[in-house]
Amino acid sequence: MNFEAIKSIYGFEMARMRRTLMQSVISPVITTSLYFIVFGTAIGSRIQTIEGVSYGSFITPGLIMLTLLTQCVSNGSIGIYFPKFTGTIYEILSAPVAMTEILVGYVGAAATKGLLIGLIILATASFFVDIRIAHPFMMVLFLVLTAITFSLFGFIIGIWAKNFEQLNIVPMLVVPPLTFLGGSFYSIDMLPPFWQAVSHLNPVLYLVSGFRWSFYEIADVNPVISLVMIGVFLAICLSVLGWMFKTGYRLRS
Amino acid sequence: MPPIISVQQLTKTYGNGFEALKGVDLDIERGEILALLGPNGAGKTTLISIVCGIVNPTGGKVLVDGHDVVKDFRRTRSLIGLVPQELTTDQFETVWNTVSFSRGVYGKKPNPALIEKILRELSLWKKKDNMLRELSGGMKRRVLIAKALSHEPEVLFLDEPTAGVDVSLRRDMWEVVKRLREEGVTIILTTHYIEEAEEIADRVGVINGGKLLLLQEKTALMKQFGRKQLKLDLTEKLETIPPSLASFALSLGEDGMSLVHEYSHEESQDSIASLLSALTAAGIHFRDLSTRQSSLEDIFVALVEEKA
Ligand SMILES: Nc1ncnc2c1ncn2[C@@H]1O[C@H](COP(=O)(O)OP(=O)(O)OP(=O)(O)O)[C@@H](O)[C@H]1O
Ligand SMILES: [Mg+2]
Repeated sequence: MNFEAIKSIYGFEMARMRRTLMQSVISPVITTSLYFIVFGTAIGSRIQTIEGVSYGSFITPGLIMLTLLTQCVSNGSIGIYFPKFTGTIYEILSAPVAMTEILVGYVGAAATKGLLIGLIILATASFFVDIRIAHPFMMVLFLVLTAITFSLFGFIIGIWAKNFEQLNIVPMLVVPPLTFLGGSFYSIDMLPPFWQAVSHLNPVLYLVSGFRWSFYEIADVNPVISLVMIGVFLAICLSVLGWMFKTGYRLRS
Repeated sequence: MPPIISVQQLTKTYGNGFEALKGVDLDIERGEILALLGPNGAGKTTLISIVCGIVNPTGGKVLVDGHDVVKDFRRTRSLIGLVPQELTTDQFETVWNTVSFSRGVYGKKPNPALIEKILRELSLWKKKDNMLRELSGGMKRRVLIAKALSHEPEVLFLDEPTAGVDVSLRRDMWEVVKRLREEGVTIILTTHYIEEAEEIADRVGVINGGKLLLLQEKTALMKQFGRKQLKLDLTEKLETIPPSLASFALSLGEDGMSLVHEYSHEESQDSIASLLSALTAAGIHFRDLSTRQSSLEDIFVALVEEKA
């Protein structure tokens, strides 16, 4: 194991993120506050409670997931895409590091940043609404697993992307609709049966549901199924990466 | 001792079907300076990239210090430093950080004293806290060299290190190369400036069309291919070469005011002495003489044209 290399890549990535710290911290705080003001007051005044939880508290886990997914996918992808784009990747490719070590460095950094932002949003939310965490251990587990899985997913996109458009398409165009339609801002019980069935095809539903369960013990699907689904998605990402590393896909010609 | 690098029957076909290397065999000795020459697209960078692990070989194999570059990549890559042809840098990093980063990814513990020494040697010390985007092209080239040296490699690849580089950097660079050589580092460089190869290399390899056309000691190469010319500036105009001089390879200059004698390194030294005495006998006088040796460039052009 080349620990120095992992440390260097992780440190390099964290330094890159530190340079954009203001933007990375302030923007989620502002966005979250806006969600609370707009959704919380406009919709919250009509819905008041869902399954005994106030609307503002109900949407907090979904809001955290929305930002966590977007951040992890985009950080995970930019980390590897950028050196590929500028050509500095020659150095990592010619260094005595295995692809798995490169992966740990980049994905570790992306997941760390995602987690930090997730916690900042949680702290921001607690200024607006009551937050109760019924299962703190499970909450952290969901958060960490999701952060790692989606950073891996981002890494795959970063290797695959040939230009900035492809790079942005998933975090910009795929993650938000899936999150919005995955029950972040409502319980899918509120939907007609057909749309409930459709919602079960959305992987984000399982994340949000399980995560929310760790707060309020209310869930659209059984939290065990949620965990299994994250595990499945994690396994898919790892196998895709395994194949990419074996074939040198878009990294080593 | 086995060669430090052994390239065996190496082939490379890129994804688009292009055959960039067509069976290259090459042994590089420990501690030598090898210059690889070849026109654009010859396959020099491809060869280097395979040895360094950036490109996968299609066929054949490469051993570095006896270890396979694919199977045993950790051992081989930690021995190698690479200064790439393209100027690629992380624009927003500082000089100090980017050089320290290189040492780290090569698995070496931090060593600020060494980094300082390298930066000073390459006249980068004053710029150590500058971001790379604030540096000129030549300074970025220095940074790339510093990065390659940061992990104390035993083999250094310089892929066209002097493209677009001024005199002072060139001088600094050759100073560094000289010191590394004294420390026993093997250096492989590619260049289009043939005088450079002529000046510093021990051996010269010529690549074209994915094949190694030639690999020779520089001095042997010069002996074998290097023609010498003796030019005599005459005091009086000469219409024709007198028959008494017919046995010498002589030609008359256009204005009849000079005579040119061509000979090779192998030809005995006294051919010149006998020419000079034959001239005196024929009553031909000269006021000046000069000799010229064909450069690697002439050799290279002749070779590439011959095989093309
Ligand atoms: N990734 C690639 N995909 C397809 N063809 C490639 C690739 N990289 C290089 N080639 C082709 O392989 C050949 C050899 O390229 P290479 O870069 O090794 O040449 P070179 O000798 O370094 O040339 P130069 O002096 O211009 O640097 C060229 O014809 C080039 O177009
Ligand atoms: Mg090249």
